[in-house]
Amino acid sequence: MQRTPSPYPSPPRGEGKGEGRFGHWNFVFGIYLEFGLPARSLSLALNPENGQTHLKPTFCKQNAPAKAGIWNLGFLFLLLFILFPMGCQRSKAGITVAGSTSVEPFAELLAEEYMSRHPESHIYVQGGGSTAGIEAVITRAAHIGMSSRNLIGDENKLYTVTIAKDAIAVIVHPLNPIENLSLDQIRNAFSGKIQNWKELGGSNRPIDIVTREEGSGTRESFQKFVMRKEDINLGALVQDSNGAVRQVIATDPKAIGYISLGLVNDQVKAVTISGVEPNLRNVYNRKYTLVRPFLFVFNGEPAGAAKSFLDFVLSPPAQKLLLKEGLVPVLQEPD
Amino acid sequence: MAMKEKIIEKILLLTAFSSIFILGLITFFIFKEGLPLILKIGIKAFLLGEKWIPSKGLFGVFPMIVSSFWVTFGALLLGIPLGLACAIFLSELIPPSVGLLLRPAIQLLAAIPSVIYGFWGLIVLVPLIQNHFGGPGLSILAGSLVLGFMILPTIITISEDSLKALPPTYKAGALALGATHWQTIWRVLIPAARSGVVASVILGMGRAIGETMAMIMILGNAVKMPTSFLDSARTLTTNIGIEMGYASGDHRQALFATGVVLFFIIMALNTLAISLSRRRVH
Repeated sequence: MQRTPSPYPSPPRGEGKGEGRFGHWNFVFGIYLEFGLPARSLSLALNPENGQTHLKPTFCKQNAPAKAGIWNLGFLFLLLFILFPMGCQRSKAGITVAGSTSVEPFAELLAEEYMSRHPESHIYVQGGGSTAGIEAVITRAAHIGMSSRNLIGDENKLYTVTIAKDAIAVIVHPLNPIENLSLDQIRNAFSGKIQNWKELGGSNRPIDIVTREEGSGTRESFQKFVMRKEDINLGALVQDSNGAVRQVIATDPKAIGYISLGLVNDQVKAVTISGVEPNLRNVYNRKYTLVRPFLFVFNGEPAGAAKSFLDFVLSPPAQKLLLKEGLVPVLQEPD
Repeated sequence: MAMKEKIIEKILLLTAFSSIFILGLITFFIFKEGLPLILKIGIKAFLLGEKWIPSKGLFGVFPMIVSSFWVTFGALLLGIPLGLACAIFLSELIPPSVGLLLRPAIQLLAAIPSVIYGFWGLIVLVPLIQNHFGGPGLSILAGSLVLGFMILPTIITISEDSLKALPPTYKAGALALGATHWQTIWRVLIPAARSGVVASVILGMGRAIGETMAMIMILGNAVKMPTSFLDSARTLTTNIGIEMGYASGDHRQALFATGVVLFFIIMALNTLAISLSRRRVH
């Protein structure tokens, strides 16, 4: 029998026709069914002999011939062995950037741009949060960590570069008549001292405050700049990303929250703070004070591909890109 | 051939044990990471503390335990009557042609990813609740409604199976004694299948308590003791899900400790379900 040489041992054609080629799908699909439909896999059966009911897992109803089963199993292991190293190789080829969900969308954009200029390189951008990113850098699971908060304690040993600055905007529903709030008013609303829009000059409705989860870089900055020593009311709604906060504010006319200035769109309205409009110009000339750094964190001096990516991020075209996306570049002045 | 059989047998044995091994590993790590914090701040302060402010070292999960049960209770209010009615219909009253459509549909309900349920709740239910009942809409009510639908497949399939597994003599006997079909169902079949039905409810409860993604999206995640169905709430699972990305140090351990609490609740529910389903029918 003539066969073209193949790098992998292929399962022999089954004796019964139609069995060999796709027989393994029975098995794989059976597994899929078992795990895809959890309710079905535990079925209750009554034992007719002793009148007892018991939970019993049902398994693939199709009885594939025993011989095919062997090869099915073999195929599955083969699949594992082929896929496993493939997965490892993939992550080794490029550099991994992980961390703050606030920085993530911008890093993705930069990575895309970088990869179009350097087709041979791969940059994998992952979220997870500032702390997770920093931890990943420490354990060397990621080459670059993204952080939207300043480093604390032991973390200061790491090498950090500010890649841009980001303003935090206080946002309300577009139909909310409120245009301007002072820092004190915002603080009182978030601490729960003021619970009705009437007290802020709006209509007579309760205030729904929306905040970020504990540990979020955005929340930490908001706490530092706005709340200072006061606590955010425990009754506040908590959302775990800028986008989720924006979504809640966009659908709730009574809500107030805070997100990255770069992510404000026409679904929500950013209020002026003591008359200062949150925009890049005001951030740049330091009139608008709710500003925090976006950091790249390295374990030791950046080198190789990571260094090359960092250089690109700090280069004028990349910074211009960030400016266009609503961040404050570290290099040049916005026009 | 016998040799081959032996090898296959061993491989399967290994695979079967690997799942137990992994379960053991997970359990070990949850306890290893979580227990030190519980012991550090005290079991009572952890379980009954009403304030969760990790930045100040306050880790009280009581509101989350209460919220978890509150949301689950709401889901059962919807899920039990609907699920049981559906199971009765499927096992006793259904014309075969409808069954061909209905059964796969119910199974599909189980296969929908929870994030889709959450998204649907967020887009459809939340604004509805906001407009008709007031409040932010992100609430226990919204969560309970969505969870109620999510646990339906569990309740329906297991209840239906337990109804179908009854010896046909029960039904024949009741009908022969002059009971109507409905009387037979309500007075004979349901009581006889009671243990299976109860087990299905408890398994549904387990699913409800463990649900995370959909709940993060529609509960609002406020960390305070809920006082009404329109309040925002945070369950044990969503507490872990929402904060794990940024947690470190004690905060991270506290999330594992939340997992320990969850572990005990789920263990208790599953043990209950299994012991109930093993009980003699009559």
